Amino acid sequence: MAHAPQSNFSNPVVNWIDQRLPVITMMNKEYGSFPTPRNFNYFWNFGALAMFVLVTMIVSGIVLAMHYTNNTLLAFDSVERIMRDVNWGWMIRYIHANGASMFFIVVYIHIFRGIYYGSYKAPRELIWIFGVVILLLMMGTAFMGYVLPWGQMSFWGATVITNLFSAIPVVGESIVTLLWGGFSVDNPTLNRFFALHFLLPFVLLAVVFLHVAALHITGSNNPLGIEPKGPQDTLPFHPYYTTKDIFGLTVFLIFFAAFVFFAPNYLGHPDNYIPADPLVTPAHIVPEWYFLPFYAILRSITFSIGLPFTDVVLIPAKLGGVLAMFGSIAILFVLPWLDTSPVRSSRFRPIFKWWVLLCLVPAFFMLGYAGGKPAEQPYVLIGQLGTVMYFAFFLLLPIIGRIEKPLPLPASIAKPVLGGGSVATGATAQVMEKA
Amino acid sequence: MADTMHAGDGQTRRDFIYLAGAAMGGVGAAAALWPFIHSLNPAADTLALATIEVDLAPIQPGQAIKAMWRGKPVFIRNRTPEEIDTARKVPVADLIDPQTDQERVKEGKDNWLVLVGVCTHLGCIPLGTSPGEAKGDFGGWFCPCHGSHYDTSGRIRKGPAPLNLHVPEYAFISDTRVKIG
Repeated sequence: MAHAPQSNFSNPVVNWIDQRLPVITMMNKEYGSFPTPRNFNYFWNFGALAMFVLVTMIVSGIVLAMHYTNNTLLAFDSVERIMRDVNWGWMIRYIHANGASMFFIVVYIHIFRGIYYGSYKAPRELIWIFGVVILLLMMGTAFMGYVLPWGQMSFWGATVITNLFSAIPVVGESIVTLLWGGFSVDNPTLNRFFALHFLLPFVLLAVVFLHVAALHITGSNNPLGIEPKGPQDTLPFHPYYTTKDIFGLTVFLIFFAAFVFFAPNYLGHPDNYIPADPLVTPAHIVPEWYFLPFYAILRSITFSIGLPFTDVVLIPAKLGGVLAMFGSIAILFVLPWLDTSPVRSSRFRPIFKWWVLLCLVPAFFMLGYAGGKPAEQPYVLIGQLGTVMYFAFFLLLPIIGRIEKPLPLPASIAKPVLGGGSVATGATAQVMEKA
Repeated sequence: MADTMHAGDGQTRRDFIYLAGAAMGGVGAAAALWPFIHSLNPAADTLALATIEVDLAPIQPGQAIKAMWRGKPVFIRNRTPEEIDTARKVPVADLIDPQTDQERVKEGKDNWLVLVGVCTHLGCIPLGTSPGEAKGDFGGWFCPCHGSHYDTSGRIRKGPAPLNLHVPEYAFISDTRVKIG
């Protein structure tokens, strides 16, 4: 019994379980006494919020799946039946549809937090990489979910996005046929999208588990970007951050409910209430808002790249757009290595701070704006400028890391938080630093 | 302990067995995976619906119709002599996807233009078949999604699409009937 954990719970049943499978001890260690930096700001709520939205999406999605019919002839009507006849169906569907938007709002802020405070840096690179995988899975899941109601935007969004793969040289057309299971987006496509839309959230949940498990090895980053040096720099997760997360969740739920109950279709597109028609393309196809920045990058490559002074085309415009769009996500994977500065938090990085706020953030909003507009001037130009700014943000990071003079870092988290601190705290901090 | 006698030998043989075993397993796994991937390709019934016949008699010169083939529209246009003329006067070298008009129609049936009505950019349906729709700058078709203009031969002239509208495989069964596919 050398490895038997020492469980000491007053409830004998809990004790019996914990001795055999120490889940309760583990939960207590990871979410109860877990030492967490004491200086979190509200940006640190968004991981917990994302987890909440994921669970909401899975629960509402499973209920919707019980009422939905995945057949091109019945899908649209089955969704309308959910809206009109199924008890509370309208609310569950609006929670699910707006929940997708909420998920992206929360996750985009969470990613911004990670970039601004350098959370992707050593030793947290793998957490960041899992995070980018989560973003990709979210995008795939959201895209396939939007196809299921089989409205006009469902059909034409699916057509445009699956056609992206036809840009791949040589095998592109075969890949598209394989994705469709036919010669156009049709019933086989709808069936497989439904199966994958059901499966992927659980894959997502597994990657979220890895994301959080890896986080609990290194511990959280914090607004100062310096590691806790001892118990004076941390607080137990419970009750301090459970309380803070619940407060943040309450505020977020008001925001979420405002959309669900007062503007449920504000973030959607009216064309999706027209049943899919393979013979009529809507005048203006736009993806859901959360894809607009990436859609704008796709459309901003309007030129082919060839060998100068010849007619040889190396990358046709269509392939170039697809590469740029996938590249905009792929570049996130290497962010921890593009940023060479040893300092994490923007608070101590005078150039990087404004590089994020005046290059990356405006680029994201410019791309989002241009992506929702028709492919005309001046929107194409705004999109192209946004694309250049987006990629420049990442590609110039190695230079910024070299030329930037970071501000002096505080000695510990406790010092600035406690305003210099008492003699005792200061002494402890110094002792911890030496240790 | 024969192994200790020929340590090097035994090591090599064991490595070989590992490699062969792993390779065998890998090939087996790949072979087992193929039916699952191929099951996602078009099924027999989908392929069986792959040809259609269309009656051309009601289509007057200057008119066009849409037929449904393999889940996508096919444009069939009865072109006027002027439209054929415009298409043939364009120097082939000026085109994005160089092709003569003659290559895109059947000889002796030069007025009949049969096209897959799917924009070669990202798969939208170009406008210009039904009366009153925008035909674009070159009198053929115009794709509203990303602004591709096609001429009276269905060739891409302006915009992001890389290729001309595809000409499906088709044959005239009689003077007024075509079989597509």
